[in-house]
Amino acid sequence: MRENILEITDLKAYYQILKGEIKAVDGVTFKVKRGEILGVAGESGCGKSTLAHTLIYRKPPLQYISGEVRLLGRELMQLSAEEFKEMRLKSISIIPQYALDAFSPTKKIKVFIADLVREHGIKFNKEFLAKVEARLAMLNLESSVLNRYSIELSGGMKQRIIMVISTLLDPDFIIADEITSALDVSSQRFAATMLANLRDEGIIGSAMFITHDISILYQIAERIMVMYAGQFAEIGPTDEMVKEPRHPYTKALIASLPQVGIQYQEQKLTGIKGTPPHLLNIGPGCRFRSRCSFSTGQCSKTPVREKVKDGHFVSCWHWQELGSDHNG
Amino acid sequence: MVKKRAERVMAIQNLSKEFKSGLIRPQITVAVKEVSFEIRAGTILSLVGESGSGKTTIGKLILKLLKPTSGNILYRNKDIATFKSKQDKTEYYRKVQGIFQDPFASFNPLYRIDRVFDLIFKGFNPEEKNRQEKIKQALKSVNLNPERILGKFPHQLSGGQLQRLLIARALLLEVDILVADELISMLDASTRIGVLNLLVELCKKNGMSVLFITHDLNLGYYISDYTLIMYQGRLVERGQTKKIYQNPVHPYTRMLFESVPDIGRRWNREEDFLPEQIVDDVNKFYEKHQGKGLIEVDEEHSVLFSCD
Repeated sequence: MRENILEITDLKAYYQILKGEIKAVDGVTFKVKRGEILGVAGESGCGKSTLAHTLIYRKPPLQYISGEVRLLGRELMQLSAEEFKEMRLKSISIIPQYALDAFSPTKKIKVFIADLVREHGIKFNKEFLAKVEARLAMLNLESSVLNRYSIELSGGMKQRIIMVISTLLDPDFIIADEITSALDVSSQRFAATMLANLRDEGIIGSAMFITHDISILYQIAERIMVMYAGQFAEIGPTDEMVKEPRHPYTKALIASLPQVGIQYQEQKLTGIKGTPPHLLNIGPGCRFRSRCSFSTGQCSKTPVREKVKDGHFVSCWHWQELGSDHNG
Repeated sequence: MVKKRAERVMAIQNLSKEFKSGLIRPQITVAVKEVSFEIRAGTILSLVGESGSGKTTIGKLILKLLKPTSGNILYRNKDIATFKSKQDKTEYYRKVQGIFQDPFASFNPLYRIDRVFDLIFKGFNPEEKNRQEKIKQALKSVNLNPERILGKFPHQLSGGQLQRLLIARALLLEVDILVADELISMLDASTRIGVLNLLVELCKKNGMSVLFITHDLNLGYYISDYTLIMYQGRLVERGQTKKIYQNPVHPYTRMLFESVPDIGRRWNREEDFLPEQIVDDVNKFYEKHQGKGLIEVDEEHSVLFSCD
């Protein structure tokens, strides 16, 4: 069994605002193994991006409440700002969602990179430049992009450069936050494949790939975790999650995916009725229960995480009765 | 299935659009190049392409938000360029409407959402007496509860609800053609199917035609009768959706199919995939088939083999 690089236990992180607490990540437990790409899927507002921010930025109003986050054996939430800065980019890094806006418009790409690595005590000398150029070449970019301004680059190119920058210091763990969502299908395939290639080449250790699109996770992730409204719903090996989902929400999510070969006239897909609950001062209970056709009185208690098989866990009171059929 | 001889509502003929930028040495960008197709009553036509392919420009040309550089758009056999008076334009917009990607940008955040309906009546149908009744009916047909929706501000509703509102608005006008530009790309997986299903139902029930502009092949396949594939301003493949999907011929179409993420079919990781490779592939394809132009490879399935 591979060693765990990241172990998160019962993590809670809330946004504290005047009206109270928005419970955006509420009791999430999972592990990331060394060399693994873990996909995190869910709708907007499910807490997947908050999870990423809790691990790496943690700026107010986002507040860490409780739970353990152990990265490479160190308790992340207890580190001082200085200590954490040491780990950032080397041990943990993020490829942010809005790559298009991540650059300074007044700096050339080269200056931007030089400023960034200087913060980490690295000189932007010939040696380092050669490394940057090699990485750019891996993503089929010419080194001339270094002398360009970000506005001169297309969305797909910016995304690639951001990937190069985020992985420059060979991080052990990287968070890819919706890196494919604003891209064309061909650039999507390229970016996702590249992430897997970087992992295969040992440039990055493990990755957490956050997206709303399960069909991309199916392509590159070894395991998938599904979140709903801040709660953990299900985690398991990719094929198992797609073929034998256990949580009613995972089932509904997969059943709502259009695939090539499915036409409206022949097979009508179903969405999920209703909308996710508002997370402000939300009480206990399964948060999917108002949209779930299998909910009972028991669901007003927060479900317990249970083991389905090795490496496959689900938080639903009724997973056993429901079986693994798509339609319940 | 699609009735073969449905009435032609709109014809796009040899449409081109160039954008000029720069004053001293103007650079010309060709956004749309010699595009022709027809929209028939009660059909859903999906226009698929990546960013920069010119698909949104076509939508804007149809909605008269842009003027074509050359070519014509005929709506019920009348050139829409001749609709110049306010009355003609009002009449046109009563029948041809658009819905865009960002639902939050389509509403003025300072006003209650009721205003979009008030404006419709004010602009297109000031005589209408049964306003409330009609609004309620339209809202119900898009699965919204009028009591819970009316009187709210845009920020109080979800993206899916706002897109449904815009569809309800189109219903109130009883439009002929709806240009839906990336209508659902900002919606979540679980809600977008509801909006799509609704669109198809309304289309089939009311005889409305939809030009569904999207970059998502799977969604295009799911709802459309006909498909148009656009690459660099040109229509490179067009025809019955099923035929294109079963037998894609143009290298660009094939590349799209190979890159779309699909559950149950994994990308070939052995293959060196590069998005920019397609430019060469397409050029080679055109060179090999020099002089052929647009050819019908099957009944209702045409492919652009060269563009000389």
